[in-house]
Amino acid sequence: MNKNVILYATILIFGLAAPFVFPAFKVQLSILCVLIVLATTWNIQGGEMGYNTFGNILFYGLGMYLCASVQVGMFFPLAEWTESGGEKTFVHTPTQFFQGMAAGLVVAAVVPTIVAGLIGYAILGLRGHYFAICTLGLGVAAGEISGGIEIIGAGQGFTTPPFPNVGGLEARGEFFYFLSFGALVLTFIAVRAIYSTRFRLILNAIRDNEDKAEAMGIETMKYKIIGWMVSAFFCGLAGGIMGGLVGYIDSTDVAFDGREMGVFMVLMAILGGKGTLWGPVIGATVFHIFKEGFWTFFLGWQYVALGVLIVVIVIYFPEGIMGWLREKYPERFGEVVDEADRKAQVELK
Amino acid sequence: MDFMVFQYPMITVQACLDGILLGILFALIAYGMALQWGVMNIINIAQGDLVILGGYIAYFMYLYGIHPAWGVIVSPIIMYFVGVGIYKLVINKVVDRDLFISILATFGISILFMQLMNFAFGADVVLANSGYGTTFLFDSAVVLPNSKIFSAFVSIVFAIGLVIYMKKSKLGRAIRATAQNARAAKILGVDTEKVYAATFGLNAALCGVAGALISITFTIHPYMGLPYTIRSFMIVIVAGLGNLPGVAMSGMGLGVFEEFADYILGTEFRIGSVFLLLVLILVYRRFKLSRKREYLK
Repeated sequence: MNKNVILYATILIFGLAAPFVFPAFKVQLSILCVLIVLATTWNIQGGEMGYNTFGNILFYGLGMYLCASVQVGMFFPLAEWTESGGEKTFVHTPTQFFQGMAAGLVVAAVVPTIVAGLIGYAILGLRGHYFAICTLGLGVAAGEISGGIEIIGAGQGFTTPPFPNVGGLEARGEFFYFLSFGALVLTFIAVRAIYSTRFRLILNAIRDNEDKAEAMGIETMKYKIIGWMVSAFFCGLAGGIMGGLVGYIDSTDVAFDGREMGVFMVLMAILGGKGTLWGPVIGATVFHIFKEGFWTFFLGWQYVALGVLIVVIVIYFPEGIMGWLREKYPERFGEVVDEADRKAQVELK
Repeated sequence: MDFMVFQYPMITVQACLDGILLGILFALIAYGMALQWGVMNIINIAQGDLVILGGYIAYFMYLYGIHPAWGVIVSPIIMYFVGVGIYKLVINKVVDRDLFISILATFGISILFMQLMNFAFGADVVLANSGYGTTFLFDSAVVLPNSKIFSAFVSIVFAIGLVIYMKKSKLGRAIRATAQNARAAKILGVDTEKVYAATFGLNAALCGVAGALISITFTIHPYMGLPYTIRSFMIVIVAGLGNLPGVAMSGMGLGVFEEFADYILGTEFRIGSVFLLLVLILVYRRFKLSRKREYLK
């Protein structure tokens, strides 16, 4: 326990000091926080529950649109705002901006949770690949449909309110960094708390054998929906923050970006190790570092690299980093290893 | 909302005919998907991208002055080897693994193909002009491009050809045996590895035919692949695996649905309505099965 406290304190101090130690990477660090949130919440479905979803992007995009819409709509007419596009006819005062952002984030977190609860009963009754394809369809449909709605900018996109002129660029970076870091800490604490209860065991039971779990008297559907609602809450929050950070929302390229963010969250969780608490965090960090390096040096070829990366990770590395560590140092994970058994296995190989 | 459909019956006829001709093409793609799904238990997300790649082959023949209809012959031959190549590189490593692994792996292939096509052919919407002219029916109230009729005809020919091939030829029998029970087929001397490669190649070849036809009837674009995958998935789950007349019927039904969605909701919601229909169909089937305490699998 003591070791854990030191570990968490170190990470927290590092997280709080990061924007001042690496001022040039503030935006990258904020994106990293958002990615970790997405990977961790995907892991609740994909890793713990065995429901491989491509649809969490739905909540992310929904949160993004909702946060920006509330932030604008609280003070100005939304339709005129989107019509004016990039040329700003309305300017938020600092107070309005922060009030709007706070209200927007609340809405961005709550509404996707409700949506997840409403569609959860229908969608989560599907299993295996049907669930995967259905959620894939859901994400793409949301992108296509939101691209046709006039009031949120349709095809031409939605410019989120610019950061008010207090403290300049530095303040903007720090604000969004601490916002996303706060979301990350909140997510991590919540997920860790959930994982330490019976809830995680139920999710694992659903993953391992849902029929048997049901036969044991567990109301699997209830727990599946609650799990999805938890994911939706934090995905929506992350989406709201990301919308403000990027400053521009496009229906298929930023918000409901199944081709990028929707795959990233799956990939990060798998890379780090499905079904572990730390796996998605490690996976997201490694992935983000790799991605930024690649995106900078091989500009234009990033999707080619992404495609190859998906195939390579999925085929050769499906257990992820945590799975690999677990195999190498099982003692650290609290597994008892019989030396003779291990030797025999090595000889067998 | 546009209610022209109900006021002018000829528009309904037009939409139905367009939809049926389009649906026959979808059914051809779905047939390929059903084939590999049944035999290898793989859902290929890259299906639509193979279609688009096949379309670009025909388009390039058109650019070099050859009539694009010849793409119907050339494209499947090239695509067969592309399919076998993909199988040897990627699919044979995921074929007996968890289904989600294969979905994700083919998703990766899909992204890769999309981007490579974007580099190689540019991001423009293109079409190969076949110069077939148009047919006018009912005092020019219904306009049908001959290329659509041609493409539906060619699709039917290929589909019937494939059905006969699967019934009569040695490879066809081997494929069907593997689909029924891969292990038993292996024991009886069927080289399942070869059968899998051939199945994936055949599927890619079918995609090649469909792509060549799409390039002369509609338009192609590097990022247009995913809707074709979703359409063929939808057709297969509605029809059920191994139900060929069902595939043809549900393909045509989807085509008609799309044409009407296009007229009534507007073109910008066309793709969105296809994806939403998929969700609705899956949810409907889920509720229907859950009454018997069963689930889709």
